[in-house]
Amino acid sequence: MSVQLLVDFGSTYTKLTAVDIEAERLIGTSKAMTTVKTDVLEGFDRALEQLRVSYPDLPEITGVSACSSAAGGLKMAAIGLVEELTVEAAKRACLGAGALVNHVFSHHLSRKEIKQLRQADIDIIMLAGGTDGGNKECILHNARKLKEANLGVPIIVAGNKDAADEIEEIFEDSPVEYFLVDNVMPKLKQLQVKDAKNIIRQIFITKIIEAKGIKRAEEKTGEIIMPTPEAVLIAAELLAKGYEDEPGFGELMIIDVGGATTDVHTIGAGYPKRSEVIFKGLQEPFAKRTVEGDLGMRYSANALLSLVSPYEFKQYYHREEAQDFETSVRRRHENVDYLPEDDAEKEFDKAMARICCDYSMSRHVGHVEVVYTPLGNMYYQTGKDLTDTQYVIGTGGVLINHDDAKDILREVNQKSNKKLELRPTNPIFLIDRKYILSAMGLLGQKYPKLALKLMKQHLE
Amino acid sequence: MKTVVIGVIGADVHAVGNKIIEHVLTEHGYNVINIGVLSSQEDFINAAIETDASAILVSSLYGHGEMDCQYMRENCEEAGLANIKLYVGGNIVVGKQDFKAVEQRFKKMGFDRVYPPGISIEDAVADLQEDLGE
Repeated sequence: MSVQLLVDFGSTYTKLTAVDIEAERLIGTSKAMTTVKTDVLEGFDRALEQLRVSYPDLPEITGVSACSSAAGGLKMAAIGLVEELTVEAAKRACLGAGALVNHVFSHHLSRKEIKQLRQADIDIIMLAGGTDGGNKECILHNARKLKEANLGVPIIVAGNKDAADEIEEIFEDSPVEYFLVDNVMPKLKQLQVKDAKNIIRQIFITKIIEAKGIKRAEEKTGEIIMPTPEAVLIAAELLAKGYEDEPGFGELMIIDVGGATTDVHTIGAGYPKRSEVIFKGLQEPFAKRTVEGDLGMRYSANALLSLVSPYEFKQYYHREEAQDFETSVRRRHENVDYLPEDDAEKEFDKAMARICCDYSMSRHVGHVEVVYTPLGNMYYQTGKDLTDTQYVIGTGGVLINHDDAKDILREVNQKSNKKLELRPTNPIFLIDRKYILSAMGLLGQKYPKLALKLMKQHLE
Repeated sequence: MKTVVIGVIGADVHAVGNKIIEHVLTEHGYNVINIGVLSSQEDFINAAIETDASAILVSSLYGHGEMDCQYMRENCEEAGLANIKLYVGGNIVVGKQDFKAVEQRFKKMGFDRVYPPGISIEDAVADLQEDLGE
C-alpha cells in the first residue's frame, strides 16, 4: 500500500492531505498552525500527529510533496515598457507562477522607483520591455539602473531578445544575479510566459524557500516544489482539461476568498463568441490568475471602507438590523482571528465575501465596449469572455465554512447593472469543502488521473 | 529591417486594404506590425513604442479620419516618439474635397505624407524608402 502525503505550508496553517494511491481514495486531511518563525517542522509534526490521531489506521507514508505560501508567499515586482503591453505581460507571468505582484513599473525606472523597490519586500524582479527586434533602449536603461541599485534580489530578464547580449554585459561583472529567458511578449500582443514561469519556479525552489526559513522542512517533505497558488492553478487546469480517458469539466473558474486576498483562476481561451466582437489588447493566458490585494476577509478588510460606501454595502447585506459598517470592518482588520458569533455578524461576513466575489469578478472577466460604425454596432472585447464557464468552484475559509457558500458564489454571475462584463451566465457551483485543491495540484504532478478523479469526487 | 506600424483608425472596419498594405510592405522587406481595424491612436502609439517602429501608416476609409487623427502628432511626442514618421491615406475626409487643401490640413496636423483616395500602396513604398533611408 502506498500513501502520498501532500503538504501545504500556508501563511496561517500547515495543511496535510493523505491519499491512498492504490485504493484511489482520499484518506483524510489535518492542519496545524504554521510555525515559520521558530521551526517550520513543529507545525508540520503537529499536523501529522493530528492526522495519525484522526486516522489511526493510517499506513506508512511512502511519498511526500509540498508547496508553500508561508512567510508572505512569493512576492515579485514586474517591470516593462508600455503599461498595457510588456508591463501587463510581465505581470501575468508572475501571477501565473503563483506570485503576488505589488510593485509594477513602466517605461524608464526613476530614482524614486528604485528607492521604492529597495524598500519593498520583494523576492524576485521580472524585467521585460520591447518585442523581439523592438525597443531595447528602455530595458537597457532599466538593467543599468538595477545594476547600480544592486538590490540583492534575483532578476529575471524576459524582454527584447536583441538586448540580451548587452544586458549580459551590463550584469556580467556585477554581483547581480540574473536569468535570461524568452521574451514574455515576443510579438506585439502575443503572450509567452512559459519560460518565465519555469524560471520563477526554479528560483522559488532553490532560493526563496531557503531565504524564508522553510528549507528545513525539506528534511521531511522532500523538495517544496512550487508556490501554493501555482498548485491551485495546475489543479484547475487538470480539472478543466481532463486526463486520458477521464474527462474534465471544461471551462471553469476557481475563486478563493482568503483573509488577505481574493484569487480568481479561470481556465479557457475566452475568445469572442460572436462575429461582431473584435478582440483587443494583449493575448489572454489560457490559465489565468488574478489576485486582488484589497479584497480580503481579515488582513485587508479595511480596504473595503474605501471600495464601498455603507449604502452600497446594504445591497450585499441581506438582513434588516443595522450594523455599523465601519466598526464591523475594523473589528475584523484588527483581530484577524475573529470568528463571527451571532447571526448578524455571520451575515456581515457573508456580505463581505459577496463583495469580494463581485468585485474580483469585475476585475478578472473581459469587458465589451460598443463602437458605432457605419456598418452598425460593433464591439471591442478586452479580456476573457467567460459567459460559457461551466463550473465555478469556491475555496478559501469563508466559502468552505459557510453552509450557504453557493449563495455567496452567485455574485459572480452576469448582472443587470454590469451588462458589459463577460461574466458566467449559468454555471454550476461547487465548493472545495475538504480544501484539497492545492494538494490535488501537487498530486497531479505524479498521479494526474487520480488527482482528477479525487477532485471530481470531493468537490460538492 | 525597418519596422512600420499599420492599421485602420477609429470606428472603421475596412479590412481588405489593410491586408493588401501588410502584404505589399512585407514584400518590400519591412517588418510590418499590423494592429488591424478599429484601432485607436493609443493602439498605434503603444505598438510603435514596444516595437521601436520608424513609421506609423494610418488608414481610414469611412470619412471620419480627420477627427480620428486630431492631435496624433502631439500624442506621439507626448509618448516619446519624437522622430516617428506619420503617414495617412484613404478617404480621410467627409465628402469630396479639394485634395490640396486636405493635404495641407493633415500636414499642419503633423503628418509627413498624406495620400488621396485611389492611390496604390507602391507609391507610398517609394516615399517610405526615401524617408527611412533604404
